[in-house]
Amino acid sequence: MAERRLIWLALGLIVAVLIFMTWGARGNWGFVLAFRGTKLLALLVVSAAIAVSTVLFQTITANRILTPSIMGFDALFLLFQAGLVFVLGGFGVTQLSSGLRFGMEFALLMGAALHLFGTLIGAARHDIHRLVLTGIIFGVLFRSLTSFIERLIDPNEFAVVQSSSFASFNSFDADLLRYCVPLCVLGIAAAWHYRRELDVIALGRDHAINLGLNHKRIVLIILTIIALLVSVSTALAGPVTFFGLLVASLAHLVMRSHRHALLLPAASLCAGIVLVGGQAITERVLSLSVPLSVAVEFLGGLVFLTLILRGTQR
Amino acid sequence: MSLPVRSATLLALLALAAASLFVGVIDMAPSQLLRGSEALKLMAVSRLPRTLAVVLTGATLAVAGVIMQMLARNRFVEPTTAGTGQSAALGILLATLYAPGAPLVVKMGFASLTALLGSGIFLLIVRRLPVTQPLLVPLVGLVYGAIIGAGVTFLAYRTDLLQYVSIWLNGEFSGVIAGRYEFLFVSGIAAVIAYLAADRFSILGLGRDASISLGLNYNQMLLLGLVVVSVITALTVVNIGMIPFVGLVVPNIASRLLGDNLRSSLPFVAASGAGLVLVCDIVGRIVRHPYEIPVGTVFGVVGAVIFLWLLYAKRPSHG
Amino acid sequence: MIEIENVSHHHGHQQVLHDITLTVPKGGVTALVGPNGAGKSTLLSLMARLQTLQSGRISFDGLDVSMTRGEELARKLAILRQDTQLGARVTVRDLVGFGRFPHCRGRMRGEDHAAVDEALAAFQLEALEHRFLDQLSGGQRQRAMVAMSFAQAADYLLLDEPLNNLDMSFARGLMHQLRTLADEHGRTIIVVIHEINYASAHADRIIGMRDGRLVAQGTPPEIMEADTLEAIFGTQLRVQEVEGKRMALHYA
Repeated sequence: MAERRLIWLALGLIVAVLIFMTWGARGNWGFVLAFRGTKLLALLVVSAAIAVSTVLFQTITANRILTPSIMGFDALFLLFQAGLVFVLGGFGVTQLSSGLRFGMEFALLMGAALHLFGTLIGAARHDIHRLVLTGIIFGVLFRSLTSFIERLIDPNEFAVVQSSSFASFNSFDADLLRYCVPLCVLGIAAAWHYRRELDVIALGRDHAINLGLNHKRIVLIILTIIALLVSVSTALAGPVTFFGLLVASLAHLVMRSHRHALLLPAASLCAGIVLVGGQAITERVLSLSVPLSVAVEFLGGLVFLTLILRGTQR
Repeated sequence: MSLPVRSATLLALLALAAASLFVGVIDMAPSQLLRGSEALKLMAVSRLPRTLAVVLTGATLAVAGVIMQMLARNRFVEPTTAGTGQSAALGILLATLYAPGAPLVVKMGFASLTALLGSGIFLLIVRRLPVTQPLLVPLVGLVYGAIIGAGVTFLAYRTDLLQYVSIWLNGEFSGVIAGRYEFLFVSGIAAVIAYLAADRFSILGLGRDASISLGLNYNQMLLLGLVVVSVITALTVVNIGMIPFVGLVVPNIASRLLGDNLRSSLPFVAASGAGLVLVCDIVGRIVRHPYEIPVGTVFGVVGAVIFLWLLYAKRPSHG
Repeated sequence: MIEIENVSHHHGHQQVLHDITLTVPKGGVTALVGPNGAGKSTLLSLMARLQTLQSGRISFDGLDVSMTRGEELARKLAILRQDTQLGARVTVRDLVGFGRFPHCRGRMRGEDHAAVDEALAAFQLEALEHRFLDQLSGGQRQRAMVAMSFAQAADYLLLDEPLNNLDMSFARGLMHQLRTLADEHGRTIIVVIHEINYASAHADRIIGMRDGRLVAQGTPPEIMEADTLEAIFGTQLRVQEVEGKRMALHYA
């Protein structure tokens, strides 16, 4: 029964993709398809990465309010990006291939995730408000630090950071995409591998240990996967605070199941529909001047506020 | 214990203010003051106004924080975590759009009004939140403020005023010269009014029932508090830009050192607020001399770190 | 049997357990009693490896809890703690099914489904099997949690104050059920009980703790004496025999 809902979601995505690829296309079809195809690939990668990393994070923290971006993961990634330029210099950074540079930024984020967030998430059950507040303050802290570092960087070198931190849903670095697609697939495959263990982890630490899981080890592995997926999506599309929360909430609403075998695909499909469909609608069908990101953030922000006020962790 | 703390704070503040007078793009030593009229002119037009602006902003934002905490009865409420700053930005944006020719005073008045409305709505939301979850209040306030801020940004994006909004939402003192900051003295007056009514605000912090039974006109005091906070916030946002967390970290530190009797702690709060913002402003001027780093950015780091410490540091146990 | 050797535990500066050495034989119901702060819950969570042992050794049928793999231990012992809040929204059948995880790793086979059916029947949950946990009453939820532990088919079942917040009829029913688990299904039950009379009425053995130390252990007739009870609870208690069982009258 629940599987049927997944099929509906998949159909919805196919419709969104078709609209995106074909609507309002002018000129050479070969060019259009290739151009839009790349963008579509990037959008799908970003949506899957954000969706999966959010669901994973909510499982290991046993709550439905926190997400990696609310905790400041993506702001931290951008800080490491700016920090790298500051330490190596603009020229030094351009010497690195985009793959190597991404690798270093990911390694830093993974280190931070395991140390910083690894210690904090144990508190999630008892002190959810303090944790969310911490995440928001982390966001302010990392963004301020990034701004600070950007000003310390020589204006010439700053141009290097500018172009790469100008990521958005509208422009993707094709070179980066070549690395991000396999990495995203890797991360999602790893998450899928642990889907049954994740169902147990979702029950809580004590239950997981009682049922024989090495809770600490699995949580650290999942945090690494989350760091990888967040790195991928932030490098490609920049920070999007409430998108993950929006699609995770949608997935739970639609599937009404605790099983990750259903939730992970559902969240990815929902994210794809919102992103691809939303982009298609705002860009082509309606050609509104509302950037998709603003609408998503606004909706997601309302969901966030509702969840906090309702105070549920179901 | 309190006298050494106060004297030390006052001395530190004076020292910092003096230092601030001599830090800037153009090198100027104190001895030059005695010699040339060039140095005196620089002092009168730029350095002194700037230092005064920093002191006023830091002091009044800290006072606004304390008052808001009494109004909401929650330690973590302040103009940044209650949507006040963003509401003021909305006001000035609307005034700029729909009454571009109006005098600055009118626009600031309007911004104060929107700040008042925004804070008032927030206080109504706070009333409905469970008292057993104090951290829920700043959390809701931050999101509430972010939503208003997103609305402001969106409106500015549509009407091509994005540049102004980024100034209003991220404070810096680099544009302060004589003739462009005097309105801040008005917020100074607001802060003084708060001090004169300090005892009443302390009672207000005990809650509605306690206030009424002690003979206080609760609604009137509430309104006065909101007006004080809104005026201070609006004037800061329009002239300098928002500086996050000042009104939160300074009163909380003061509370740990001196307790919550406003009449005695308010001067300390004002002085500490001024001092802390001065430090950040000076750092912003020195670190990448002659370029400046906005005080909003520097305080974003400092304030966030102190906020985190306040969240996690164990309060001294009582036996 | 359970062997606990020289187990000490501190929480920050506070010493919670002082050098506990204890042997619990296999089979039957053993009640762990004592006033607040006695260290009963801590001992139980150390036994179930929910907390890391700081000193000493605990083993179940020779399996050392610090050395043995979690998977293997999960088939040997099951613990049910007080906090019945679950992170996920699941149905009763799903919950009981989770109890089979140590055996099937999430891939339920015929025998696992049969074990779930058996557990649901044993705790009269068949009518509720498709309801979500948050739709149940406190007593029903507790029964479902115990059913999950039962489905885990572990030799040893540890329960931390399972009777809290239960109505009288549910509390009594649960104790009878634990009795059945021990007598008919051969499980060894260790249960932390706050109300001493439940222990007297249903347990084969009572272990008394106070301030992190072992104070007394023995059969209910041995323990339910005024002097022994005073040593455990620090207050004078009258003991009366009611229908062959000893009751402590601590209400007045």
